Amino acid sequence: MLIVALVAASFLSLAVGSADISLESVWRAIVAYDAADPEHIAIIDKRLPRTVVGIAVGAALGLAGAVAQGLTRNPIADPGLLGISPGASLAVVVGIVAFGVTNPAGYLWFAFAGACIASALVWFIASRGREGATPVKLTLAGAAIGAAATSLVSGLLIARAEALDTMRFWQVGALAGRGFDVLGPIAPFLVAGVVAALFLGRPLNLLALGDDTAAGLGLNVGRTRLLVGAILVVLVGTATAVAGPISFLALVVPHAVRRFTGPDYRWILPYSAPAAAAILLFADVVARIVARPSELQVGIVVAVVGAPVFIALIRRGRAAGL
Amino acid sequence: MSVTATCRRNLRRRTMTVGLCMTTLALALFVVALMLGQAGLTPTEVLEALTGRGDRITNFVVLQNRLPRALAAVLVGGCLGASGAVFQAVLRNPLASPDIIGVTSASGTAGVAGVLLLGISGLPLTLLVAVGGVVGAAIVAGLTWNRGLVGMRLVLVGIGVAAVATALTSYLITTVDSRDAAVAYTWLVGSLNGAGWPVVTVTAVVGILALVALALQARGLRALELGDATAAGLGFRVERTRVLVLLTAVVLAAVAVGAAGPVGFVALMAPQIARRLVGHASASPAAATAVGAALVIGADLIAQYAVSGVNLPVGVVTGALGAPYLAWLLARNDTNRPGGRS
Repeated sequence: MLIVALVAASFLSLAVGSADISLESVWRAIVAYDAADPEHIAIIDKRLPRTVVGIAVGAALGLAGAVAQGLTRNPIADPGLLGISPGASLAVVVGIVAFGVTNPAGYLWFAFAGACIASALVWFIASRGREGATPVKLTLAGAAIGAAATSLVSGLLIARAEALDTMRFWQVGALAGRGFDVLGPIAPFLVAGVVAALFLGRPLNLLALGDDTAAGLGLNVGRTRLLVGAILVVLVGTATAVAGPISFLALVVPHAVRRFTGPDYRWILPYSAPAAAAILLFADVVARIVARPSELQVGIVVAVVGAPVFIALIRRGRAAGL
Repeated sequence: MSVTATCRRNLRRRTMTVGLCMTTLALALFVVALMLGQAGLTPTEVLEALTGRGDRITNFVVLQNRLPRALAAVLVGGCLGASGAVFQAVLRNPLASPDIIGVTSASGTAGVAGVLLLGISGLPLTLLVAVGGVVGAAIVAGLTWNRGLVGMRLVLVGIGVAAVATALTSYLITTVDSRDAAVAYTWLVGSLNGAGWPVVTVTAVVGILALVALALQARGLRALELGDATAAGLGFRVERTRVLVLLTAVVLAAVAVGAAGPVGFVALMAPQIARRLVGHASASPAAATAVGAALVIGADLIAQYAVSGVNLPVGVVTGALGAPYLAWLLARNDTNRPGGRS
């Protein structure tokens, strides 16, 4: 079902743009590429990379949300609240202000490094004290680091108008102009993160039972949390580096998926990835259609279209606990 | 003399101590705020100006510039702190604060729309923003309502509404030219530069009324923290109590954002800081109010005078200052203190 939706979204994403191309030509461009046909060139050179990037970013964000909520046992945890996305934003602003970086491929490593540094700080703060990194301490430390990073970003942007001009577009999150040049260098990390996250079902289920129970069932709680946290950082860091902070997607998708799969992370994780990828691609298609001939940023569409659906889901079911 | 009674007395004493310390700190900073500036003044001169016996220029500087700004800082901080404490206590989630669940975001959208589309500032903007916050909260409540406001569902719906509001704000900011974007962005960060007497008066009247209303509901709030079943058993009408308490908190947040813009993270941080200073699982709104007030007026002083020649918005400093402090408190805490159930 989800796979069908994802394939449909991919085809739409290839077909729709400033010039619409029939689905038939899309199919032909894929199976029998003709270098002389301008439609084929547009599809393969412009839209295919963008679609692949959308799938990769969406899958990573969907998994990241599920992992973040499982790690902190807090159903409203997301990469933005855990300080990871703000850390990436801060690094990107520093890149713009201090190093004059101007294109997505240049932001890449700044964003990734920022996400890693921020989460290392969060981890360090949360794991002080006798209890270690408890979910509550992780959540609060994340919120604190996120707040500090956001404040510094604001300060820098107010001091430097030209940085604000670039950042106001980056901060919304977009897939436009993201091709293989952006995805390529970071793809190994992203793929590794996605694959690793898919195997986290059992440990997350155990963590959800509470630390004492998990330890009683033979899980090394501290080490598991560190591993889960590291995978989370790779997922969020790569996705944010490629497309900017679209953290709402990461928050919503696991909740939506939970309505169908129940609380078992072994199901939530594999369903979250294609679901988030499909939603992101559909949103990107809508973003291209709504404001023709220009386009909206996909982050805006994800929120405006995704939020009502999310709210409807929440209203229909019992409050989605963990 | 039972153990619980002793514990409760100790806790109350600690809350009082923390509240008093923070209030004293806020007052001290308040006096400092009146002294500092282009023309430095001694405490005596400030006192003379406050009683109207200083020379004309001093009177003007103190009464027209510094006093309203300092008052606004204390009010905004206090309101945000109290509001955050109520949200976190009632919804039982340390992340649940007006920042997260749509009130602040809706205010922000209203404010940016006011700045960019209507070109207003000062008192009309304050009112528009406060109304925006209340409308946002009403939308969240209306969408959540289903024989009552269930905690986690309210939070999630709030996040959804907040996401839409934030997206609209971002969209507005990406559609204007960069000069206008900078103006809107500065307002979004939260700043006390525009705090004159008209704004302060409105904020003071509504804010203090809301704080009094909250104080009157203190028993209901404490009962809600014990859980719905217990509160009902104690004879409280759970749903009605919850709606009233949250409504008060929404008004507090909306008024604060109206006065200074969405100052970041005071509502999220102040209750947590207060809770860790008092050392108890639930933060009393009174302590959080004092912490919030001290936080914002301290941050505003730093914002004004830390970097000479640059007048930073206060919102830049609250997060940059409050967040590391909270992190330090977290790291220092060796004992296990639950910060809310999730």
